[in-house]
Amino acid sequence: MMYDFFVDLFGNTVIAGIASGILMSLLPLFLFILPYALFAVLAERKVSAHMQDRLGPMRIGWHGWNQTIADIIKLIQKEDIVASDTDKPLFNFAPVLVFAGSYAAFAAIPFSSYYIGSEVDLGIFYIIAVTGLVVAGILMAGWASNNKYSLLGSMRSVAQIVSYEIPTMLVVLSLVMVSETMSLHTLSEMQTGYFWNWYIFGGPGFSLTKFLLIPSMLIGFIIIYISTLAEVNRVPFDIPEAESELVAGYHTEYSGMKFAMFFLAEYANMYAVSAIVAALFFGGYQSPVGYLGNLLGVEWLIPIEQFLWFAAKGLFFVFVQMWLRWTLPRLRVDQLMAVSWKYLIPIAFVNLIVIGFITLI
Amino acid sequence: MINTKSSAIRTEEMVLNMGPQHPSTHGVLRLELALEGEIITKVTPHIGYLHRCFEKHCEAMTYPQIVPYTDRMDYLASMGNELGYAVAMEKLLGIEVPQRVEYIRVIMAELQRIASHLVALGTYGADIGAFTPFLYCFRDREKILHLFEITCGARLLYNYIWVGGLSHDLHPDFVRKTRDFIKEFKPTIKELNDILSYNKIFIDRTANVGILPVKTAINFGVSGPNLRASGIKWDIRKDDPYSVYSKFDFDIPVGKGTHGTVGDSWDRYFVRILEMEESLKIIEQALDQLPDGDVQSAIPKRIKPNAGHVYGRVENPRGELGYFIISDGSTTPYRVKVRAPSFVTLQILGELCKGYMIADVITILGSIDIVLGEIDR
Amino acid sequence: MKNTEEILQALKENFPDFSFELKSDLPVEGFIICNPLVIDKISHFLHDNPELNFDSLINLSGVDEIKANQLSVYYHLESTELKHKLVLKVVTDRNSPEVASVTDIWKGANWHEREAYDMFGIKFLNHPDLRRILMPYDWEAGHPLRKDYENPEFYQGMKVPF
Repeated sequence: MMYDFFVDLFGNTVIAGIASGILMSLLPLFLFILPYALFAVLAERKVSAHMQDRLGPMRIGWHGWNQTIADIIKLIQKEDIVASDTDKPLFNFAPVLVFAGSYAAFAAIPFSSYYIGSEVDLGIFYIIAVTGLVVAGILMAGWASNNKYSLLGSMRSVAQIVSYEIPTMLVVLSLVMVSETMSLHTLSEMQTGYFWNWYIFGGPGFSLTKFLLIPSMLIGFIIIYISTLAEVNRVPFDIPEAESELVAGYHTEYSGMKFAMFFLAEYANMYAVSAIVAALFFGGYQSPVGYLGNLLGVEWLIPIEQFLWFAAKGLFFVFVQMWLRWTLPRLRVDQLMAVSWKYLIPIAFVNLIVIGFITLI
Repeated sequence: MINTKSSAIRTEEMVLNMGPQHPSTHGVLRLELALEGEIITKVTPHIGYLHRCFEKHCEAMTYPQIVPYTDRMDYLASMGNELGYAVAMEKLLGIEVPQRVEYIRVIMAELQRIASHLVALGTYGADIGAFTPFLYCFRDREKILHLFEITCGARLLYNYIWVGGLSHDLHPDFVRKTRDFIKEFKPTIKELNDILSYNKIFIDRTANVGILPVKTAINFGVSGPNLRASGIKWDIRKDDPYSVYSKFDFDIPVGKGTHGTVGDSWDRYFVRILEMEESLKIIEQALDQLPDGDVQSAIPKRIKPNAGHVYGRVENPRGELGYFIISDGSTTPYRVKVRAPSFVTLQILGELCKGYMIADVITILGSIDIVLGEIDR
Repeated sequence: MKNTEEILQALKENFPDFSFELKSDLPVEGFIICNPLVIDKISHFLHDNPELNFDSLINLSGVDEIKANQLSVYYHLESTELKHKLVLKVVTDRNSPEVASVTDIWKGANWHEREAYDMFGIKFLNHPDLRRILMPYDWEAGHPLRKDYENPEFYQGMKVPF
């Protein structure tokens, strides 16, 4: 519809295509990611503060709600420091790549049944593939910084993300086996109705398979949550930027807006993985209890409700990530690898086989 | 088969400078780490960035003037430093101080021990990556600093324990407030245990890391909680009692290797928690027995000891703090040498870290609990 | 548990060639003066002998005795098992101060000796790593705790007194 509007406006299909493409791709950024990041950064501060018996930011606005905006203004004003011995093209390109990787994932995330950036059939496959860009960006940042801490941090980060992608993929694969689709939109549509149709509760319909699936799905959920936690470098898997060891890991040398881009990418990533978990196991944008729009007979309310439900589910998992961060200590590199290769991957494999047998029944 | 020993792939040691500005070297300490991947092959500590010439200063000052300078050595345990100096000087001068003074000194030193251990435990949690216990510990330490503040007006550097007496008597509210603090503080030790000590990840990170055998520890001169964590009951408060410590009933906690080997980082951490409980016991007893009296009656008008030398020592939160004072019969000391516990303890770092990973260096460094102000003096 | 006299007896019996001198007239502790170049052998004996068993060197401090034109080192020893203490003192010439190192007996002596070297310029023979420790490695103005030390005007082009 955006496209048609631009065709009318410009009278040229090519320009209209480009214009609508740009607009459509910027829409989630301004409609969702930026407001979300503003909120999440403040939420993290407030969550951590209240967990630690303090108040957190209180000065700027009511209970400090303007704090993040002030921070962004500060970051924009900061001098962009590039150390003399850095590999400048890579150094400048790395934050863009990292942000692009996590931002591209939002294209296929179904916010509501009426709004998906791009409704690809291979949605989940695409998301997992495109977030791989983040790895390249991090490696680039660590290498180009010409700083040993950055290098160690990026090496750790890459090793970690690559290892934890395997259990993530295995769980996704088991879900794909059950649902027989790779499109997140279809997957969400399948879990419609009430919350017992969610895949965490064995999926839609009432049959023996559903009840047999419940334990496997629970295990799958725990595995994918742990491994996505590691993929976004959050505590207890935050060793790439382990503050007490590696100062700030791969973004030690960055300042100003480039640092802000890493920061934004981190928070965007946190939401992206939470959204995937929500879409796979917790019904995506589907309401657990039915829609107010149906009750009142107001059709246009439903997409908005769906969006709110999806945001709420994602934000809940983001909150759990923060909760864990301010509770747990950090693992060591070898222990982190052991968790992935010794525990998560074998369990995910067995789980995959079990789910395969159950779906065959 | 890949022959890993062949020189087909050339590998190089990487030298990583950790510090002097680094979040977890606990001050301006520089560690030169030689790394094979992430494995440590050699650790060389470089100290002296905080050298303030304490010993040279002492030679130019009269004996009472030195007291405020002792505060600035181990700035997390200033009361202990002053107590050590007072004990050494009183031994040299042969002064008997009133009982009330001794009791107040013990109360202050033990409160300081708790405050110092709280910093050690809190920052240790932060080193491992758990930030929340750090703030819990600082919250409780704040209450102790408040007690010090009502006693002498300062929160960190007190100039409270003088040779032969104290600068002020206790505030009338002090005893009540200290009892309130003890009542509030006891449950928070359990809270700390729940959130950090028995956390699976924390145990995985610290148990069996940086094992210090008792023979090595004694040979290196390690003292205090680090030595006791290796499993030996050695505490100057019991083995060479000073002040009125012989009148109190308390236990010396030692490392037992609950989650790993005796003398590992977890033991060093947990001994400190147990020691806080023992300190509470001592404070309670001291408050019960606190005698009346004048706290300044024994302060000499002019300190001019005979020529001679003395080695006085106390059990500071970080270990044995000793003052070796040589007097030439004048009002200024001829030579003051401080046996700083952290200075001696830091030597074992290279021994402990070999073969561990970068993350473990932080674990080990945090567990031996050093204060750079005392190392560099 | 043994007192200083008994330990002196044991030392004299074991090392008939070396000279020992007990000084206990000054307050507060008595000490034994011995030869600086054989202090390592004496320390070995004190450390290894099961009846003495001095397993811990608690302190080592250099002292500048400028009036006698000599530098001295005090050793505070302790046995954690037998709970007795001992103070040893060695005296060396101020112009070419040389003392045998005890680092291979008590490893904790390493930094103490480095500090004594840094502050007084006492050379510890056979020390594994005798560098400055608290002062900068390239400090050229001498050893600051000597009584006749004077601050230099400049260090690396920076003005020192301020």
